[in-house]
Amino acid sequence: MPMAQIPNWIPAAPELFIAVMIMALLMFGVFQKQSSAADGINTSRVVSYMSVAVLALALLITVAFAGDRVAVFNNLFVTDSFAVFTKVLVLFASIVTILMAQGYLERHKMARFEYPILILFATLGMMMMISANNLMSLYLGLELQSLSLYVIASFQRDDSRSAEAGLKYFVLGALASGMLLYGSSLVYGFTGSTDFFQIAAAIELSSEHGLNIGIIFGIVFILAGLAFKISAVPFHMWTPDVYEGSPTPVTAFFAVAPKIAALALFMRVMVGPFGGLVAEWQQIVIFISIASMLLGAFAALNQTNIKRLMAYSSIGHVGYALIGIAAGSEAGIQGVLIYLVIYLVMNLGTFACILSMRRGDQMVEGIHDLAGLGKSHKPLALALTIFMFSMAGIPPLAGFIGKLYIFMPAIDAGLYTLAVIGVLASVVSAVYYLRIVKIMYFDDVTETLDRTSEKTIGWVLALSSIFIVALTFYPAPVMTNAAKAAASLFAG
Amino acid sequence: MNEIPLLSLLTFLPLIGAGMILFLARGSEADIARNSRWGAIWTSGITFLVSIPLWFKFDQSSAKFQFVEKLEWMPQFGISYHMGVDGISLLFVMLTTLLTPICILASWDSIKDRVKEFMISFLILETFMIGMFCALDLFVFYIFFEAVLIPMFIIIGVWGGPRRVYAAFKLFLYTLLGSVLMLVAMMAMYFDAGTTDMVQLMDHSFPVSMQPWLWLAFFASFAVKVPMWPVHTWLPDAHVEAPTAGSVILAGVLLKFGGYGFLRFSLPMFPDATIQFATLIFTLSIIAVIYTSLVALAQTDMKKLIAYSSIAHMGFVTAGTFTLTTQGIEGAIYQMLSHGVVSAALFLIVGVVYDRIHSREISDYGGLVYRMPAYSLVFMLFMLASVGLPGTGGFVGEILVLVGLFQVSPWLAAFAATGVILGAAYMLYLYRRIIFGQLTKENLMKIKDLNAREWSIFAPLIVLTLWMGIYPSSFLDFMHVSVDNLINQVETALAAHGQSLLAGR
Repeated sequence: MPMAQIPNWIPAAPELFIAVMIMALLMFGVFQKQSSAADGINTSRVVSYMSVAVLALALLITVAFAGDRVAVFNNLFVTDSFAVFTKVLVLFASIVTILMAQGYLERHKMARFEYPILILFATLGMMMMISANNLMSLYLGLELQSLSLYVIASFQRDDSRSAEAGLKYFVLGALASGMLLYGSSLVYGFTGSTDFFQIAAAIELSSEHGLNIGIIFGIVFILAGLAFKISAVPFHMWTPDVYEGSPTPVTAFFAVAPKIAALALFMRVMVGPFGGLVAEWQQIVIFISIASMLLGAFAALNQTNIKRLMAYSSIGHVGYALIGIAAGSEAGIQGVLIYLVIYLVMNLGTFACILSMRRGDQMVEGIHDLAGLGKSHKPLALALTIFMFSMAGIPPLAGFIGKLYIFMPAIDAGLYTLAVIGVLASVVSAVYYLRIVKIMYFDDVTETLDRTSEKTIGWVLALSSIFIVALTFYPAPVMTNAAKAAASLFAG
Repeated sequence: MNEIPLLSLLTFLPLIGAGMILFLARGSEADIARNSRWGAIWTSGITFLVSIPLWFKFDQSSAKFQFVEKLEWMPQFGISYHMGVDGISLLFVMLTTLLTPICILASWDSIKDRVKEFMISFLILETFMIGMFCALDLFVFYIFFEAVLIPMFIIIGVWGGPRRVYAAFKLFLYTLLGSVLMLVAMMAMYFDAGTTDMVQLMDHSFPVSMQPWLWLAFFASFAVKVPMWPVHTWLPDAHVEAPTAGSVILAGVLLKFGGYGFLRFSLPMFPDATIQFATLIFTLSIIAVIYTSLVALAQTDMKKLIAYSSIAHMGFVTAGTFTLTTQGIEGAIYQMLSHGVVSAALFLIVGVVYDRIHSREISDYGGLVYRMPAYSLVFMLFMLASVGLPGTGGFVGEILVLVGLFQVSPWLAAFAATGVILGAAYMLYLYRRIIFGQLTKENLMKIKDLNAREWSIFAPLIVLTLWMGIYPSSFLDFMHVSVDNLINQVETALAAHGQSLLAGR
């Protein structure tokens, strides 16, 4: 009898570790004594901190096992520098958002241990997405992530807005998943495989006989599904409502981790299996990039709810990130990765500010509630100012470096129109970022906000603003790692 | 390479001072204010002292960049932290380090609210300005050039007048719109030349088909900064709403960014396009000179009048630059320097009475000579310098520019000269309305003359204005070699494309 072959599971060690620990934590949470409200809070606290520990360990494992490209489980799962880089970002985002959420959840009586568990599930899904090397594993990862996200969007179950956000997200998300599946089936039908390596080979083979319309249709549907996940125009409609309706820590999570994972997936799919068809998908990416930048810039001008504003801002940022993908070059992918690092830090910082906007135990979300912050909360206002100028891409802050590395490859690829529209859109978006600075510093105080006493929020604010200011002076570590990651994506 | 990185020290000293004020100024409200003021004046004073060796150690016989520093920064795109000065930028650096302490002194009493933040913003602003003039790498230049907007936006928006929000947004968005196009052009330049080093780019010859686009992109940025007609409208608003120190630094240094940019980029790097667009520049400059002078005549707000006069003076600068003659270019640089001193002084002069009466309306004044003789004297000196009276700094720049223009076309010189006449008209008219006449206004009866602090502000500016007017060589000697080198660069580049300077005209 031949021995059953034991697959090499080492490359998937962080995922397996998280998966096992989720079960353990779930059991732990379920079997805790839940007789009083205090018990519930206690359990949630313990599970939260343990989840953070799990993610931190997973992060260490990810970095420790980083190496050359390895594909395992019959090429379903691949790991390379690109995967490591983006996984580190996702894990870091999840850790910080869990830490920032605890205080909010306790104050709003939603401190239940399921919250960190759901975040863990979502993170696991994202890591699967990043490492997917097959349309099947791609879909599995994506759905694991999405289903967890639908649930946490409506985590504040007594609030109709939150329930609405979850439902909306679910219905539209399911539609997008459907399109993605349809696209996948077309690609499978025309190439005969779901494996990324084999798809790439099949496309190369068939390109000798001219374009294959079936594959193009498949790509269009896959792009539509992915565009939904990264909330790019014209599949962005869910974003403002979901951002506004979800509890703020959930919004913070939505703004960073899933975006990064979905963009990473986007890059892997476009460069990997469909790398031979750059000329075909490039036009689509350019279109959604321009549309996202313009919508992100103009639609945000009239927003008064800061979470909604951040939703449009994130749509715009995705548009910029797509410029790098549209360039279709290694430098372009590197630019996107650098952009994602900076985007992650800016958003974590900004949401830390939003989480400290409280007045008498009530969260406030209007941007006019920030009036006079420059006088009443000096450090907070300074940090938010740094983030806003950075988001607008004003040097010497990190946001500018991100834009620089995105636009450079685009110019190199001859995409002048795209670059010019991009910089012009950034001027328009500067208006609403500046408006927040204006409200904080130029307007008079109407009603002051409470002082935040949470240590975690303070730390997040301090560290992220230091990062944003300091990156320009010492960009080398981020740059070299991103370059390595981008190179590994093209190596295969 | 010299041992002490003098330029980096100069650039980042104010930033260190700002950091110290941010973290060290503690205690009660009054303590913080006092410490911040002293911290800022010490920092900017030391920065000025550090800049003095530049003046003495600079080798006037060399057109090379001096005090050069170079460090790798973003090697992927060949971007390095590259600093250095030549005869053109050196004097602007000195101007900046001189004006900053003066501005801080000028806001000693007039800024009462959020003093700490004001001083920090101002020192950060100084860092960016010095960095901009020293930068020898495209992107380092761009970073400093655009970063200036952040402190300026805050200075106007927080400590400005009633319409400050409008003015701050207008300043920010106008300038940003211009400079992002320049950013795209810079990237395109990198991919054509393979370097972002400005010294190498000056020797690189860009394809003739590409030059007009690059030139226009840079023009979009610099024309807004200068400002040239018709994109000048942000300036009067910004000047009127800015606090005195903000106006001073805006007129004294920020307006020079545009003129400096033309000299540094447009002329040496895109010579063919420069020849091609020279007529456009002359037209816009002449319109600026005549039109804004007429507008200035009609103003009722003192600051607005001086703001419009600035636009007219900068019209001389742009016209002189694009004559591509030694006199024209040297005159343009000289005009920028003297305008930096004189218009700064004029805004300070407005600030003196504004601090006392809190009005900028010309009609609220009259007969000040009876109560403020010393003030009237100082005002007269700078008013005449602005008009271009021989013996003051303003004269040298104007006459050199006119000589340069005359070589290009006598008609141009004739049109530009009407600007000088109109300049005399609006400045003398302003002076008459404020200083002479009957002293009838109730609140002017008890107005006090210049105090010691104000004297200490004006004294260096008076000395400088007279020095620039009486012995211009000590400044012009710095420029000769660099300007000749610049013109040579243009000529060589043109010759490479089978054109010559004269044929271009």
